[in-house]
Amino acid sequence: MLNDEQLLRYNRQIMLGELDIAGQERLLAANVLILGLGGLGCPAALYLAAAGVGTLRLVDDDVVESSNLQRQIAHGEADVGALKVDSAARSIAAINSDTQVERFAIRADGETLAGLLEGIDLVVDASDSFASRFAVNQACVAANIPLVSGAAIRSEGQVGVFDPASGTACYQCLYPDAPEDADLSCAESGVLAPMVGVIGSLQALEAVKVLAQFGEPLRGKLLMVDGWSLQVRRINLQPAVNCPVCGSR
Amino acid sequence: MLEILFFARLREQLGVGRLQVPYSDAVATLAGLQDHLIAEHGELWAQALQAENVLRAVNQDMAALDSALAAGDEVAFFPPVTGG
Repeated sequence: MLNDEQLLRYNRQIMLGELDIAGQERLLAANVLILGLGGLGCPAALYLAAAGVGTLRLVDDDVVESSNLQRQIAHGEADVGALKVDSAARSIAAINSDTQVERFAIRADGETLAGLLEGIDLVVDASDSFASRFAVNQACVAANIPLVSGAAIRSEGQVGVFDPASGTACYQCLYPDAPEDADLSCAESGVLAPMVGVIGSLQALEAVKVLAQFGEPLRGKLLMVDGWSLQVRRINLQPAVNCPVCGSR
Repeated sequence: MLEILFFARLREQLGVGRLQVPYSDAVATLAGLQDHLIAEHGELWAQALQAENVLRAVNQDMAALDSALAAGDEVAFFPPVTGG
């Protein structure tokens, strides 16, 4: 049940008839894991907290560096040297004391992910490498948890919703060749600050939609954004027949 | 005619975002179209279009290289994206 303060606080969202009080209650009851508190994870975490997601489990083993501040907007100058999960937790607390924050300053990999996903309703993959993207996809398929995946580099990005329960493609279906990460990180290729903001915000939007049961989430589709010309394309995905992760479902 | 679209880093690498190719039997599959583009434009295009994990879509549906093409189709090439 929403109290009077919450009714007022989330009024602009509850006003959306399709979301309503029931949708807001779903958000307040939701447990979301955010993997990576970098350029994508910062805006995603701040918007999910503001929107009233009940619990955010933050996973990142990195510390804030001054070169992060250009785009990682949950971290400030005073946070340089601090763990990203601690810095982001402070920013979230300043926005919404309703949101419980759980901090895990560990590397998410095949060994730790199953435990990290316990009790989680949805994962926002805001990590920065193919290796972790494949690992979290595999863990989400195994645990039957929807995954909102985002990636951004230079002036381009992509967003997708991979929901095992829907029978649509998983992240692995996109990249059968298991790509290398060479030249694909922000440190090597550069990134425009608002590009990660746009993609991270879209991830928050899709997460809210899935959790509140609002609208048409991007299940089975991939949104490609070319910030250079601001062209957007949405492509329809099919599960890969021989996908090693979801093919045997 | 086929409408070809190159997205993001591929557009930058190839120096073109969009072009048209007259439809013929030689470009009746996605693989045929890709071979045609490479034969026409050379090594740089081979490297860009044959790079691992380039995503391809025909009329906004993700497509494999053996997909058939028909006159009027839109074919789009997307680079893999990670980072964040």
